[in-house]
Amino acid sequence: MSRLTAAERVAAARHPQRPNITDTIGALFTDFFEQKGDRLCREDPAILGGIALYHGRPVTVIGTRKGKTAEESIRCNFGMPGPEGYRKALRLMRQAEKFRRPVLTFIDTSGAYPGLEAEARGQGEAIARNLMEMSRLTVPVIAVITGEGNSGGALALGVADRVLMLENAVYAILSPEGFASILWKDAARHAEACDLMKLTAPDLLALGIVDDVVPEPEGGAHLAPELVFQELDRALSRHLAALLKESGGSLAEKRYQKFRKMGVPPKEES
Amino acid sequence: MSSIFAKRRARLLAMKAIRDSYVPGDQLVACPKCGGESQRKDVAGNLSVCPLCGYHFPIGAYYRLSTILDPGSFRELNEKLPAADPLSFPGYREKQRLAQRKTGLTEAAVTATGTIGGRKCVAGVLDSRFFMGSMSAAVGEKITLAIEYAAKNKLPLILFSASGGARMQEGILSLMQMAKTSAALARFSEKGLLYISVLTDPTTGGVTASFASLGDIILAEPGALIGFAGPRVIQQTIGETLPEGFQRAEYQEEHGFVDAVVPRGELRETLSRLLRLHEKGGRP
Repeated sequence: MSRLTAAERVAAARHPQRPNITDTIGALFTDFFEQKGDRLCREDPAILGGIALYHGRPVTVIGTRKGKTAEESIRCNFGMPGPEGYRKALRLMRQAEKFRRPVLTFIDTSGAYPGLEAEARGQGEAIARNLMEMSRLTVPVIAVITGEGNSGGALALGVADRVLMLENAVYAILSPEGFASILWKDAARHAEACDLMKLTAPDLLALGIVDDVVPEPEGGAHLAPELVFQELDRALSRHLAALLKESGGSLAEKRYQKFRKMGVPPKEES
Repeated sequence: MSSIFAKRRARLLAMKAIRDSYVPGDQLVACPKCGGESQRKDVAGNLSVCPLCGYHFPIGAYYRLSTILDPGSFRELNEKLPAADPLSFPGYREKQRLAQRKTGLTEAAVTATGTIGGRKCVAGVLDSRFFMGSMSAAVGEKITLAIEYAAKNKLPLILFSASGGARMQEGILSLMQMAKTSAALARFSEKGLLYISVLTDPTTGGVTASFASLGDIILAEPGALIGFAGPRVIQQTIGETLPEGFQRAEYQEEHGFVDAVVPRGELRETLSRLLRLHEKGGRP
């Protein structure tokens, strides 16, 4: 286990060679069939999704996509989805429910894209709809924060029965730079923000926001991706096996209660 | 006699509302939109709408409720729900106390039951004077409790949003309120009950990306800024000037995200009509 500072973890989470969704699919799944498009107006490459086999079982896999080269990064808009991406994800999740496939999501995004067209087509509505509908799915849903998980753009794939996190991944309301800029009008104070935001895996485990942390080698997942994938596979298999024992109604009920508890004031104060 | 209590409640709301209807300025009030000056009493007597250009001044939660609910019907829900500091964020408790002193609110949301045109409903209002109406754990909890109360009692729900988005000092717990409120609305909706979302200036960030966008009916006040990302962030991202009227209520109506833009003076009547139209559907 590594002992990085919060700011060092943010850097590790953003490392350009950090394993991305394409690597994850290659390492953990077989027979991946990509499904494109939101069936409304377009295909958003910032989210990659489809059907695959996980240890022989059909599952729906959805992840935000960051590129490793400049060309790839531009093509997938640096992993910042628009409403079409979230609507595609929702389409795939509904289909997963129809065919009784578990849903596995992999989150690595600096946030939903703050662009003019994204706003014109209802970025906020698309995210809200996903939160609402994910809460009611009657198939197992596991979300893994693999890199950066920023803002509603990350949560839109994160309303899950189990939320796992790679050890150096970060999960937060927004980037530390954005946080410092809003709170102190000074983006340069981002390291300070990192310490206060409680965005690391150990912090979030303690707060009950994530359920399990997947260890990484000292220095970050990019140094030994195959080891990280072994650990991730072990964690995913264990959680999925437990969830598959539950009925659809029980999954939705427990998922509701899991998020319902977040931010309830302690008894003695109320 | 319940009418005594009703009168007391009416007085209570009226008193709280006076404090909330305050528009900055002395005898003369300057409109930030048209720049014109009006007598304070003329603005106050016009539901805090500029008599010259129709600009809607931001208004406080209790005042909002007093303009919507039938007199004497107001009964506050979870009034004592405390503000939280889940991350023990430095200086946050002090800032909360300042905001509480300034506004008389405990947090940025006020929820209540009451009647509109004689029809019972649950109403929630975000108050932009308290941390810009941002989504805190207390706001998320109050809104969720209001949704659950409406679901349990089979009542229609009306939520007025005004929010700068996330509450920075509550970090990830602010984010999780988006999931919590949206999940509560999913359950509410499955019961066949009516939820009307009213978007007021400004409705942005995590509130837009959760309960504000999930109404069966979505109304907006004229000129209200409504969006996920704020205009400044978008401008920085795309590096060009944004078109006139971008993200305003009328723009959102044109782009398919709002059923109707309704001036403040017509809101009560519109809500009353919508409750009437859903009477059978809302009470199975």
